[in-house]
Amino acid sequence: MTRVGGWLAAAGALTLPLWLPSAYHLHIVIMAGIFGVLALSLNLLLGYTGQLSLGHAAFFGIGAYTSALLTLKLDWSFWPALAAAIALAGAAGWIIGRLALKLRGAYFVLVTISFAGVISLVSVNWIELTNGPLGLPGVPAPELGRWSLRTKTAYYYLVLAAVALSYTVSRRLVRSRIGRAFVALRENEALAESIGVDVTHYLVLAAVVSAAMAGLGGSLYAHYTRFVSPEVFLFTYTVTMVIMVVAGGKGTLAGPLVGAVLFTALPEALRAAASWQWQMLAYGVLLVLLVFFLPRGIVPQITASISGHARADPASRAPSP
Amino acid sequence: MLAVSDLAVRFGGVTALESVSFDVRPGSITSVIGPNGAGKTTAFNAITGYLRPTGGQIMYEGAVLTGLRPSAIARRGIVRTFQKTSVFPALSVDDNVLTGLHLRGTAGFLAVLAGRRRLIAEELGLAADAAAIIEFVGLAHRRREVASALPYGEQRLVELAVALAARPRVLLLDEPGAGMTGVEKALVSGLIRKIREQGVTVLLVEHDMRMVMGISDTVIVLNGGRVIAEGAPAEIQAHPEVIRAYLGASAGSA
Repeated sequence: MTRVGGWLAAAGALTLPLWLPSAYHLHIVIMAGIFGVLALSLNLLLGYTGQLSLGHAAFFGIGAYTSALLTLKLDWSFWPALAAAIALAGAAGWIIGRLALKLRGAYFVLVTISFAGVISLVSVNWIELTNGPLGLPGVPAPELGRWSLRTKTAYYYLVLAAVALSYTVSRRLVRSRIGRAFVALRENEALAESIGVDVTHYLVLAAVVSAAMAGLGGSLYAHYTRFVSPEVFLFTYTVTMVIMVVAGGKGTLAGPLVGAVLFTALPEALRAAASWQWQMLAYGVLLVLLVFFLPRGIVPQITASISGHARADPASRAPSP
Repeated sequence: MLAVSDLAVRFGGVTALESVSFDVRPGSITSVIGPNGAGKTTAFNAITGYLRPTGGQIMYEGAVLTGLRPSAIARRGIVRTFQKTSVFPALSVDDNVLTGLHLRGTAGFLAVLAGRRRLIAEELGLAADAAAIIEFVGLAHRRREVASALPYGEQRLVELAVALAARPRVLLLDEPGAGMTGVEKALVSGLIRKIREQGVTVLLVEHDMRMVMGISDTVIVLNGGRVIAEGAPAEIQAHPEVIRAYLGASAGSA
């Protein structure tokens, strides 16, 4: 059943621009895709190794600025700039991962927040490089051979490929012994060490992959909005990512994507339905209800209720081999 | 084999271990006993790298273990369990043991990302290994259940299975019988004997004297951070200083 669902989702995603009513809807879907990459990235750290990074916007912003600066100031083309954005964000993740070895829990959270704060200050004050609060306009659209990916439809497919790549990387990692080592750190670090899991190695690895993925999201964002400013480091971005991961279901592969679609579409739907004061209130109330009634997140709760029904079925009560 | 020499551990002004030396013979079951606070668990923590000793040295097959991280010590084949039940709580019994098989897997980061075909074969092999280990500890009927939902005695068996999955050559068990019923203890004793028959050296901390005297080849008695006696179970039971340590000073003079 899941396989059929997967094919249907893939077919739907590939033909989406054909049956979406307007460019505005396509824009929302593209943003949902970029946030999907970011949520998948945060999920590797938060959902699997259990480390909460509240500075994840820093990796996103580093990716965005790297890509924008290289294409604007050094005339690099999109693809090498994208690779550099991923690499530089990954290097920043390495630093944070090394720090995480000494600090856990609340201290790690504080370090990630401060890191994002410092990077944000650099983007505001290093005016010769970043143009300060005015930001960098005119980031070029990506090109693929002779084609410019300037249209929303073309960009949609680029983002779709990035989501597929991020999902595949996450899936291959978490279903391997590497993913089991990540989860072992989350579940019981002392026991993980006793069976030979090198905590240093796997925490740093998770941080690097997660940050690199956020860098990918940042680069895609920069070349889509064609403008980068210190706003990319806003705490709101991190909070949005956390909400997407937690509400969708942390520690699951589909959860962050479900969360990303839901929490990109929700504010837009509210905007159409209510004035702005009511939007924020409705958003907050919905979030509280979601966390209250689906504390483990949407995807795990649905999975549990499906398997719960299966267990009620007498045929499946027979002892499994 | 495993040789502990002049091991000392001090916490501030408190001396937990003071110049402890003993050898563990390959293929033996060796028990460390002693009253509460004698330093048994401290010795385990020092041997397995969870605690950096203040002095002394731990050697295994000619290599120094002192100062290595626990995971590096585990990689050399020295694997421990914990006094307080320690499993991966949210995972199924299957996944607990699969995680324990970490060192048997070889898949590296790039191979995993590339989705190499041989990884599928490796995963199948690991799953079969996990099933065999779960069968061995007698939890085959619990494979799909979440570890934290199991009764206490079975959680201890999961812990044992996870340790066995790491393919120990020396297995350190910290009170494997604690809190178990008599039937469960007998089961664990049987398992420990079978583990030794497979060529694994077992070092045991245990309070249950019936269990210790029943399965040990050698018993080491710690008291106040020092080794006060070492020998076969029968010798230890008759050792005057051991009797004094356990029953109090008056028993020795009575």
